Amino acid sequence: MIPSSFSYQKVNSVAEAIKALSSGEAKILAGGHSLIPTMKLRLNSPSKLVDIGALAELRGIKESGAEIIIGAATTHQEIATNKIIQSKLPLFAQGGNSIGDVQVRNKGTIGGSLAHADPAADWAAIVLASDATIEVQGGKGTRKIKATGFFNGMFSTALQDDEIITAVHVPLAVGSKGSYAKFPQPASRFAIVGCAVMKMADGKVNIAFTGISNCAFRDQAAEKAISGKKIDASTIESASKAAVEGVNILSDHYASEKYRKHLAKVYLKRALLAVS
Amino acid sequence: MSATTSYIGKSVKRVEDKRFITGKGKYTDDIILAGMVHGAFVRSPHANAKIKKIDISKAKAMPGVIAIFTGADVAAINGVPCGWQVNFKNGDTMKEPKHPLLVADRTKHVGDPVAFIIAESREEAKDAIEMVSVDYEKLSCVTNPAEAVKPGAPLVHDDVPNNICFDWELGNPKSEVEEALSKASHVTTLDFVNQRLVPNAMEPRSYIGSYDETSDKYTLYTSTQNPHLIRLLMCAFVLGIPEHKVRVVGPDVGGGFGSKIYHYTEEALVTWCSKEIGRPIKWTSERAESFLLDAHGRDHVTKAEMGFDKDGKILALRVKTFANLGAYLSTFSTCVPTYLHGTLLQGLYTTPKINVDVTGVFTHTNAVDAYRGAGRPEATYILERLLDLSALEMNVDPTELRFKNFIPPFDGVKQPGYQTQVALQYDSGNYHGVLEKGLEILDYKNFRKQQKESAKNGKLLGVGFSTYIEACGIAPSAVVGSLGARAGLYEVGQVRVQPTGKVSVFTGSHSHGQGHETTFAQVVADKLGIPMEDVDIIHGDSDTVAFGMGTYGSRSLAVGGSAIVKSIEKIVEKGKKIAAHKLEASEQDIEFVDGKFTIKGTSKSLNFAEIALTAYVPHVYPADLEPGLDFSSFYDPKNFTYPFGCHIAVVEIDRETGKVDLKRFIAVDDVGNVINPMIVEGQIHGGVAQGMGQALLEGVEYDEDGQISNGSYMDYCMPRADDFPMFETASQVTPCPHNPLGVKGAGEAGCIGSTPAVVNAVIDALWSSGKKVKDIRMPLTPERVWKAMN
Repeated sequence: MIPSSFSYQKVNSVAEAIKALSSGEAKILAGGHSLIPTMKLRLNSPSKLVDIGALAELRGIKESGAEIIIGAATTHQEIATNKIIQSKLPLFAQGGNSIGDVQVRNKGTIGGSLAHADPAADWAAIVLASDATIEVQGGKGTRKIKATGFFNGMFSTALQDDEIITAVHVPLAVGSKGSYAKFPQPASRFAIVGCAVMKMADGKVNIAFTGISNCAFRDQAAEKAISGKKIDASTIESASKAAVEGVNILSDHYASEKYRKHLAKVYLKRALLAVS
Repeated sequence: MSATTSYIGKSVKRVEDKRFITGKGKYTDDIILAGMVHGAFVRSPHANAKIKKIDISKAKAMPGVIAIFTGADVAAINGVPCGWQVNFKNGDTMKEPKHPLLVADRTKHVGDPVAFIIAESREEAKDAIEMVSVDYEKLSCVTNPAEAVKPGAPLVHDDVPNNICFDWELGNPKSEVEEALSKASHVTTLDFVNQRLVPNAMEPRSYIGSYDETSDKYTLYTSTQNPHLIRLLMCAFVLGIPEHKVRVVGPDVGGGFGSKIYHYTEEALVTWCSKEIGRPIKWTSERAESFLLDAHGRDHVTKAEMGFDKDGKILALRVKTFANLGAYLSTFSTCVPTYLHGTLLQGLYTTPKINVDVTGVFTHTNAVDAYRGAGRPEATYILERLLDLSALEMNVDPTELRFKNFIPPFDGVKQPGYQTQVALQYDSGNYHGVLEKGLEILDYKNFRKQQKESAKNGKLLGVGFSTYIEACGIAPSAVVGSLGARAGLYEVGQVRVQPTGKVSVFTGSHSHGQGHETTFAQVVADKLGIPMEDVDIIHGDSDTVAFGMGTYGSRSLAVGGSAIVKSIEKIVEKGKKIAAHKLEASEQDIEFVDGKFTIKGTSKSLNFAEIALTAYVPHVYPADLEPGLDFSSFYDPKNFTYPFGCHIAVVEIDRETGKVDLKRFIAVDDVGNVINPMIVEGQIHGGVAQGMGQALLEGVEYDEDGQISNGSYMDYCMPRADDFPMFETASQVTPCPHNPLGVKGAGEAGCIGSTPAVVNAVIDALWSSGKKVKDIRMPLTPERVWKAMN
């Protein structure tokens, strides 16, 4: 529970953080809720921490045209309790509220969660279902990565070594309705299964899962089974049947592969029912 | 002594809470001694491995490192002892392999200490760990006690055949039980595992060893439940230091649940090393070490059979248990699955034939010892699971089955105590009463209707019952001695009245969350007729308190409180002599009521403070009486005490996921007389939470390499407030007939009664839907329940 020694640098700008990152074995520190525990167990021993948690330019939520922009260092609690989010992106309020407990939500950040890419993290499913874009900045400038192209695998993303997530852009889809249904691991409260759905005004349904595989993913077979159709008992059943087939499903002492697969289908039904 | 009670029976707020709630408690890790250095352990990553070579040279050269000790350095020192001897059925003494302070040749469980590094700072000690090179030869291991006794299983100790520490039997002869079972019209059989639990005290274990060369005296600060016992074990059995040269201090202790009773190797090591290096050494367990190494609880593999006649009367009970002891014997590990388990298998029932057979088994795992309830939860689990399951199998009501088999009420005064088939004599009981009260709160008839209606709506409701008894207030020393205890089990209470009438009480009990500073003060204040503010409770320091056996087994008030009462009686007796002299009356005419020594039938009196002052300023004083007002007493109880109660759980199961939702929990407990109802209720709440934790959430998982695969709070699920409904508690009072306060003990009741109630409720729910499942392995995780349904 005592980490190896490391140096600590609190930076005043994103540019300064990127410069600090390029100098070697450094890690970005935001809320610290994923990084610090691994350091205490000495599973991770970075020689330097670059603290971006207090950068004003990375915090806050604003509406800009047809999208909502969430700063990467915005905490889960700030998102869950934000008035704009609650009225225009209730899926994000629901998602934020489902993370850990209030202490965790007060420290952990959306950017930190996305960059860490825990296979059971809640935000991953939510950004995927809502067609969000991740804005990142690195030595070569800024770029935007679609959520659907962001997660590569367990703790693995499209981020380059010198890149930092700066914001999450979420399109405001008029007439859409979203829901997140989650079966938490009772100890960690990470998702054993998390299912985010977003029903668009045109009938398209986005379906994303977290917790059940190496990384969160959009389930196109399930989406195809229900998109454009009236959401009722019969279409929900078809989507559930089609869901998570052919997916490489995780197994651990708390939930086997078979049970996780079953839960994924149950939680998809619950999420769909909520938007029907 | 006192006509009115101002404090006893009242929910007085806890006086210790001010310092705990404001963060002002002083725990061992808060203590900083001049020149203090820090220790850290190199621990075995393997469950069973030969140490072929160990190289500390690089670590020794690390910054801040002062000394490194390995197994070879402490080879001449004894191991830590076991405090209870259990014999084999054939009379042979149990196998008791050495439990060394550091391992020299072969590690026997993950976390076995291989080297102790002492450095100027904790961080430097931790950094040096990574520089110690140990060449291990990994060997195969065994973690399940039922597997470990099979021929060919890997041996934990080469000289312990089949890994068997002891085999043990209690009750009626096997042949008689066999005969009764063969005549039964129904026999219920249950094979199950009572899983291993991590105690999870909030404060990790922490020790400071300090040696003073000028006085040749050691001081050990330790987060313990019994400082005097630690001193006794460490001095007499391990280090061979005379006791008067050792002071053991147990300051504020943040929870124990049993895990801080035992004498751990680290305590002896910091003490011994402090002289070797000439500086005080602190070692504080990390949370990961707590998971791995604080003595675990339970871990029984059991087969139990209960036979009934055609009218539902219990004819016989047969129990076979393999009890996992871990790799080494912890202080009370051997008595938990035997004398604290087998002896409770009478339960509340008139069962005429009982036989219990226990095999104590070594495995390549951490030590198992008493954890809240200690043996009694395991016994209660057997009985109460069998009762509810038998009712389902015989299609009779589980409460009717209990009423039919309950021992009739007895007060232990007019009616004698109840002699069981398994060595104990119950003190007093009214078992019908607690179940009746529980059913009333539940509104049982209505519940069954509701259950049927819910089933129509696709909901799965279930109710589970548990009517438990436990033995606590341990115990008459002669009895425990005859059963193998290597210590007496009395308690010491000293009451020192100061010249101004204020009172300092020194108790050998040790509070680590129980609220002794409040409860004991309530008793003393009422008995002496003085304000509670005038009473101070002092504990936890072997240089201050004469002696003590500590706090566990719900014994503090029944045994420690009784010792204090004995001293109060001596004070009052002496006070009467002083009062009689000053009031020029005969001693027989003096009565002590409401804090005043009065000549009966007159208004002539002296108050408590006046008598106290006279005792210390004895100008007008009986010629043959010593000055002072200060008495110490040893109290050795006449019997155990036997709290009992009825716990009822109502659950709803999510048919799609198998998730169990605890809807109601009713606890009717009879803990004898109650001094502070709020503290008792708090103890019940905490116990119920831990018992429910075992039923639904907690459990150590060892993988095939002997590694704990869920050794952190990210994986091992402790219950949280939002896992529970509001508890519905009620009490019944059947006083203990043999101690002066009439109290029985409340610390473990919640944990003993609740676990089977919750599991029974889940089984009941499944049967109500036609799924006739006998058992689901604890914890009843959603997946396990889902599998049972599908």
